[in-house]
Amino acid sequence: MSVVSDTIDWLTDPINRTGPDGFVNRTVEHLGYTAETIAIAAVIAIPIGLWIGHTGRFRSAAVAITGAFRALPTLGLLILIVLFLGIGLTPTLIALTVLAIPPLLAGAYSGLESVDRQTIDAARAMGMTEMQILRKVEVPLALPIIVGGLRSAVLQVVATATVAAYVGLGGLGRYLIDGQAISDYAQMAGGSVLVILLALVLDGLFAGLQGAATGRRPKKQPTTA
Amino acid sequence: MSWFLDNFDYVRELFVRHAWISVLSTLIGFAFALPVGWFANEHPRLRGASVFIVAILYTIPSIAMFILLPGLLGTPILSVSNVVVALAIYAAAVMVRSVTDAFGSVSPAVLDAASAAGFSRAQRVFRVELPLAGPVLLAGLRVVSVSTVSMLSVASLIGVSNLGSLFTDGFRRDFLTEIVVGIVAIVVLAVALDLLINLVGRLLMPWASAQQTPRARISLARGSRA
Repeated sequence: MSVVSDTIDWLTDPINRTGPDGFVNRTVEHLGYTAETIAIAAVIAIPIGLWIGHTGRFRSAAVAITGAFRALPTLGLLILIVLFLGIGLTPTLIALTVLAIPPLLAGAYSGLESVDRQTIDAARAMGMTEMQILRKVEVPLALPIIVGGLRSAVLQVVATATVAAYVGLGGLGRYLIDGQAISDYAQMAGGSVLVILLALVLDGLFAGLQGAATGRRPKKQPTTA
Repeated sequence: MSWFLDNFDYVRELFVRHAWISVLSTLIGFAFALPVGWFANEHPRLRGASVFIVAILYTIPSIAMFILLPGLLGTPILSVSNVVVALAIYAAAVMVRSVTDAFGSVSPAVLDAASAAGFSRAQRVFRVELPLAGPVLLAGLRVVSVSTVSMLSVASLIGVSNLGSLFTDGFRRDFLTEIVVGIVAIVVLAVALDLLINLVGRLLMPWASAQQTPRARISLARGSRA
């Protein structure tokens, strides 16, 4: 099992840990791409998703568009944008944002759809404005599903941010691309292990957040017959 | 356009290759997920464990799996079998969840009615549960087939040829047309497979073609990644 021990050697060698090429710095870069992408995508997708979910308008259009976005291969899209805009951070952020929008959008509108219509009717009958219904009734009740969409988007982006290295950026993908270029399997495998660990940690974090969102919802009162 | 016509045979060859790798991986994943998901639904105590294992597998980025599997399986890194195994694991990981949900969506009253009407256990599974779970199974299969087609293109980064090779080749040559052809071909393939699955679903389950259950819609929010 020399493959495994080579990989462990690579991961534990201090040379690979520090400096600009070290995996501490690469992890920070990787997290940076992920955070920027999610922030941009959330600003675009969540308001639109909430509006679609609240009004029920353009729902089938949203389903069709998210489906079409999903079929777009991120690698192809990224290279296409690079050929137009040149190498840099912008093409990567655009390509990853396109990837992050469908789960965020779907989380927002399907979250609002999951809210019981009677609850919304009751809020309206109490004289709440549409904005109050959205902010005080629908969003709190839909929060677990909205956060679920966020979790799914983060997971997809952190996994796919590895392609940034292919167009000359940093991040953990560097080890996969550089290792491939010089047939250094230990480096590729070590990089893969780091990407997996990062994905697991982030997913665990967002699973906790999702749990907290579910817990914060007002408890259902037992109905007396 | 002239490049596409000149290289039609090459693109077609990659298209066919991309199609069979995607279909094979999705089918292997589905064949695995169906019994596991059914079993997890039957045994609620195992459900937690299966959901946990599946969540871990789902979290592993596909490119990492493409790279690590050859080391673990001892296959050459350029072998197609790594990619098929990795995509099948990923497809199964997504579908175990939706299969569990699908069987969970069948009303217990219907199952009791079937037992009361004298169905044996096996008859109940194949003639009552499976058809009723069908629409949700189909929705899960559609999500997975699209994501598999898209994810396979990433395998071109480690040198396994498929439609994604048009991206890496186009990048090296700074050639826009080739990349556009690759994107269009992948979208066409994803849409074609989606229509095909939908058609098979309509033929097998004419009673439930269009309707989507809330669960299926929620599971769509989980999505795919490349």
